[in-house]
Amino acid sequence: MNEPLRSLTAIAAPLDRDNVDTDLIWPARPGVSLRRGEQASNAFARLRFDEEGAERPDFILNRPPWGEAKILVSGPNFGCGSSRELAVWALHEWGIRCVIAPSFGDIFEANACLNGLLPVRLPEAEVRTLMEIVSDPARALLTVDLETKRVSGDGFEAAFAIDDYRRECLLSGLDAIAATTRREAEIAAFAARYDAAFPWARPHPLRDSSNVPG
Amino acid sequence: MSRPRTLYEKLWDAHLIEERADGSSLLLVDRHLINEGTSIEAFASLEARGRAVARPEIHLAVADHAVPTVDRFRPLPPGPRRERIELLQRNCAHFGIEHIPFTSFDQGICHVIAPEQGFILPGLLAVCGDSHTSTLGAFGALGFGIGTTEVEHVLATGTIVQQRSRTLAVEISGTLPRGVTAKDVILTVIGKLGAGGGAGHALEFRGDTIRALPVEARMSICNMAVEAGAKVGMIAPDAQVFRWLQGRRRAPAGALWDRAVAYWRTLVSDPDAEFDRAVTLRAEEIAPQVTWGTSPDQVGPITGVVPGPESFPDTIRAAAARRALDYQQLEPGTPIESIRIDRVFIGSCTNARLSDLRDAADFVRGGRLAPGVEGFVVPGSMQVKAAAEAEGLDAVFRAAGFEWRASGCSMCGGGETAPPGTRVAATSNRNFEHRQGRDVRTHLVSPAMAAAAGIAGHFVDIRKLERAPA
Repeated sequence: MNEPLRSLTAIAAPLDRDNVDTDLIWPARPGVSLRRGEQASNAFARLRFDEEGAERPDFILNRPPWGEAKILVSGPNFGCGSSRELAVWALHEWGIRCVIAPSFGDIFEANACLNGLLPVRLPEAEVRTLMEIVSDPARALLTVDLETKRVSGDGFEAAFAIDDYRRECLLSGLDAIAATTRREAEIAAFAARYDAAFPWARPHPLRDSSNVPG
Repeated sequence: MSRPRTLYEKLWDAHLIEERADGSSLLLVDRHLINEGTSIEAFASLEARGRAVARPEIHLAVADHAVPTVDRFRPLPPGPRRERIELLQRNCAHFGIEHIPFTSFDQGICHVIAPEQGFILPGLLAVCGDSHTSTLGAFGALGFGIGTTEVEHVLATGTIVQQRSRTLAVEISGTLPRGVTAKDVILTVIGKLGAGGGAGHALEFRGDTIRALPVEARMSICNMAVEAGAKVGMIAPDAQVFRWLQGRRRAPAGALWDRAVAYWRTLVSDPDAEFDRAVTLRAEEIAPQVTWGTSPDQVGPITGVVPGPESFPDTIRAAAARRALDYQQLEPGTPIESIRIDRVFIGSCTNARLSDLRDAADFVRGGRLAPGVEGFVVPGSMQVKAAAEAEGLDAVFRAAGFEWRASGCSMCGGGETAPPGTRVAATSNRNFEHRQGRDVRTHLVSPAMAAAAGIAGHFVDIRKLERAPA
């Protein structure tokens, strides 16, 4: 269960690049924790910190006012690559609640909606305009309203689409497992029909397993 | 008569428990592969909530990311990697899930061992907390990567909630030129579609070029569908696939096998089925590919040069190219063939099956790694390793100066990295910044191209070389 997300007014930071992959969002490094709740410092770690762990002053999210950002505005295909949900956890634990981009990696987008991080898709031209607006420290404040499906800022107003299931996941912090468990009878009936139709699909144990002794 | 359907739609419908008004669908899962990284929090959450695993027999766990590919049979040194491997074993024992120990001769990269053992079959819905689960589409299975919250859902319910993807036909026809492999085909497709071009779509690779490809080559193609942004890549199963699977150690046998094959023959897109999008390629036009940038779509033929950022019409792609060239330390106009490399990595779920190793060996046999170049061969599974050794491939690589390793993800998300600044010719799937280590520069190529680059010390057009077959 995640905290519900209905409306958000916060600083938005421009991250002006395309194909921000989940290796960049959550870089694997020797000894790094894979545990939920320990990820805030891992978000964009290679962009935020130098080799000694000091903040890179030139990285936009290390500079006021964007250091306080809860919204990112970025280029197409944000969150592409690895399925690692760590990327979503790291952004969320660091304080990001919304990413606005022309498109997202499919797996990242699904992970985000299950973890209280709102992916907003806007047309490329609108994202470009928004990128310019929030690059001005005086105009970086945005409101993203999931109930009305609108983004508004200084001289900016746009509607966005999100499918009802994902919207509901975010609005209610839906527990998907509990929801599925309520359909137990339907699942069992389907599984029985499926097994009768496709008996060959049952998993088989490994024949002639060749484990190393000891 | 029912409406004509694509292969994707047939597989989707066969697993559809219910479709809801909110656009989501509940699907039955046939197989779930579990690794030691993305499962940790899923198991922890199940345990914390006192939930059981719904259908333990559909899950199969194997450590592949954190396993060392050297000193496999020595005790693991203490540290996070050992903790992850041991935790997977412990979680599987606790929840009653089959686990392949990392010291087993059945261990390997999950997308390699699942087909190898016949755990994956045409028509099945298979998921894994790893984006390269798209590999399994090569068998006509509906395979896709999922996140950890979804892994927990699959464990707890044996089902998954998804939204139906749109469909994209990738039609490839003609005969591939000599020296051009499946890897070059998929890199060309990615270059054409863009790294996000397939987002929201299930890709079906079709056409006589695809039908002529051996099964393992098809796996390389579906594997990298995700590098074009698509969760799913698939190919209609055919007699070649059935032959490849028959007799595998988890495959059905006897009457069940016959019944399965009768159904599998129906797993093709109907002639009149409509795809939401289609792209076409001619096989004759595909050359050996080398990525020059930091996204898999920043790719071009071996005969080309490193492009200048200004050659890209839109500002976003131009900026990406500028950033990529800066990271890769490459100048526009540099001939790809002149790029010198420091290391060769032959491995990963993309290109570490027996046919890949044979292909690479044909360009290594009798040669030596160029001075200053290191080479690593990391077979996709311990069974692949054993099969390769049985035909002497290990000796070919070792004689040329390559290290011959045990199976694992290694330099592809497996935590085995190269020193800063190393330039790598890699048979893996991602050339992202720092993916193979801090400031490591990755160029994605086919196994044959990687091997030939190792011997020459720089990229070479393998169409100009003679194979040295066994």
